[in-house]
Amino acid sequence: MGGTGHAVLAEGLRKRFGATEALAGFDLAVPEGTVCGLLGPNGAGKTTAVRVLTTLLRPDGGRAEVAGFDVVRQAARARHRIGLVGQHAALDEVLSGRQNLEMFGRLYHLGAAGARSRAGELLERFGLTGAAGRPVRLYSGGMRRRLDLAAGLILSPPVLFLDEPTTGLDPRGRTDVWEAVGSLVSGGTTVLLTTQYLEEADRLAGRICVVDAGRVIAEGSPSELKASIGADRVTVVVRREADLPAAAAIVARVAARGASPVAVDRDTRRISAPVTDPVAALTEVARALRDAGVQAEDIALRRPTLDEVFLRLTGREQAPGREPGGRDAARGAVA
Amino acid sequence: MSGTAPVAPAPPRTALGRLGWAVADGWTITRRDLSHWARRPAPVVVGLLFPVMTVLMFAYLLGGGITVPGGGDYREFLVPGMFAMTMVFGVETTFAAVAGDAAKGVTDRFRSLPMAASAVVTGRSAADMLASVLGLAVMVACGLAIGWRWHNGPAAALAAVGLLLLLRFALLWVGIYLGLVARGPEAVAAVQILVWPLGFVSNTFASPAAMPGWLGVIAEANPLSATVAAVRELFGNPGWDGASWAAQHAMTLAVVWPLALVAVFLPLAVRRHRDLGR
Ligand SMILES: Nc1ncnc2c1ncn2[C@@H]1O[C@H](COP(=O)(O)OP(=O)(O)O)[C@@H](O)[C@H]1O
Ligand SMILES: [Mg+2]
Repeated sequence: MGGTGHAVLAEGLRKRFGATEALAGFDLAVPEGTVCGLLGPNGAGKTTAVRVLTTLLRPDGGRAEVAGFDVVRQAARARHRIGLVGQHAALDEVLSGRQNLEMFGRLYHLGAAGARSRAGELLERFGLTGAAGRPVRLYSGGMRRRLDLAAGLILSPPVLFLDEPTTGLDPRGRTDVWEAVGSLVSGGTTVLLTTQYLEEADRLAGRICVVDAGRVIAEGSPSELKASIGADRVTVVVRREADLPAAAAIVARVAARGASPVAVDRDTRRISAPVTDPVAALTEVARALRDAGVQAEDIALRRPTLDEVFLRLTGREQAPGREPGGRDAARGAVA
Repeated sequence: MSGTAPVAPAPPRTALGRLGWAVADGWTITRRDLSHWARRPAPVVVGLLFPVMTVLMFAYLLGGGITVPGGGDYREFLVPGMFAMTMVFGVETTFAAVAGDAAKGVTDRFRSLPMAASAVVTGRSAADMLASVLGLAVMVACGLAIGWRWHNGPAAALAAVGLLLLLRFALLWVGIYLGLVARGPEAVAAVQILVWPLGFVSNTFASPAAMPGWLGVIAEANPLSATVAAVRELFGNPGWDGASWAAQHAMTLAVVWPLALVAVFLPLAVRRHRDLGR
């Protein structure tokens, strides 16, 4: 597909809704066979980006390719290569799970027999065979999501879009979806998933793109992102306040190779500084303190969390969500 | 897993091939709606029985107090009006189904599939027209049971049925358009309420001449009035002999009004459907 080796490519996408600039120069490149997580708070523009990339929405500016096909000019061909699992389960509530999959299979022109056998396979694979004959409105949230996922996989598309696949699910449903996504990825599917949950991005995605106000403001692997806001820090808590200057000098000497400032907090008797080689620094600080006769209450290495990365990057007070589940208030016609 | 995955045929290149897809996809969508009836018959049965109950209520409870123009039989007068009302209330079904699909994201999923874009709309109209034919058949049976008859022969009666279905077809496009425009449950409620005045500010139950000035003008101009008057004439049932231009040309208006509605709302609905991506 395409000469770029990218399953998804977006350049300078723009989309405006009235006064809201939902996409403001959105760039993205997802290599084939990888999982990319779009991480961002509610209203960041994740769904808008997915809708443009899945040919549902025409961008005001910029361009995008999926599986090598331009999403505006070659929309019909792009549609053959994508699966979409939207933010809200897009299923017919009255029909049974099997009827839903058969209907979508027929709309992919698999023919009646082809659609029927594909529906059977997918129900089996997602553990829905037992519930296949029941109307979808009686399904639990997790079952709906799995059926929704199955519907997105009728053609085993090379590129799969998942918009907040676990929002509103209980822990059991969330794990089910994570496992399903995991097995897809090992089958070679490229996945672009959006999420508000750091934990989910950390767990599923090899690369994370942090989205805020309609553009990607940072990207990298989870550990690269953590590293990007500062190295790990060595933290020392001394027993006696009188030892603070001596300990601070030691930490400063070790950390000097990182050329970063030392933070001293008198009240908690805590000294900390970023370091480049955390393990070596930790041993060296411990040895130097003992040699100088400084008693330490605690010596530790601390690694920034993705929450901190997120807060730093978006300049917000609150991380969007530490834990999946619970929040599903934004449901509505516009979302 | 890619080993077992089915391969979808590429989109057809010829016009005939595309037409074939459009028909097949439309039929898939129609079947979806027919499966709804089978899986959840209650709303369908209620939808069929509501007009029947209304007819019975008017015929047996309220009918005695109403004098019919020309001293004709009240039921003969009532039944054609109720046929037309059934067509008008059908718009709610269309509207609710379209708005529901859009709100649930089903419309988006359809749009992300390599299917014929027209199928969502044509499939919906086919299913709704089938439902209306069924509804009309039930009403005709009900009318015959309470003593209504047609008097001008089968050809005129069939022409009347044609006019009724033409009105339904026109309102179908109004329903699809409004369903695509509506956002949220409030809009759904609003449309459901607005259908009532459209049904009652007409010549169905009372003479527009007897209504207060402006209301009478609206009732005369109501597309429903044209169809009702034309259908009464074709069936040979009693009706109001209005002196207005609209009343004098009911037969023409019963054809022109629905065609005008289609001419306005079909392109609007198609454009709105396309613009979902703007
Ligand atoms: N159809 C629409 N009409 C008007 N505003 C919209 C529409 N879709 C999205 N928006 C606005 O665009 C911004 C981005 O929305 P969205 O892409 O849904 O964000 P996210 O999925 O990251 O929560 C929000 O401010 C939202 O209110
Ligand atoms: Mg969203």
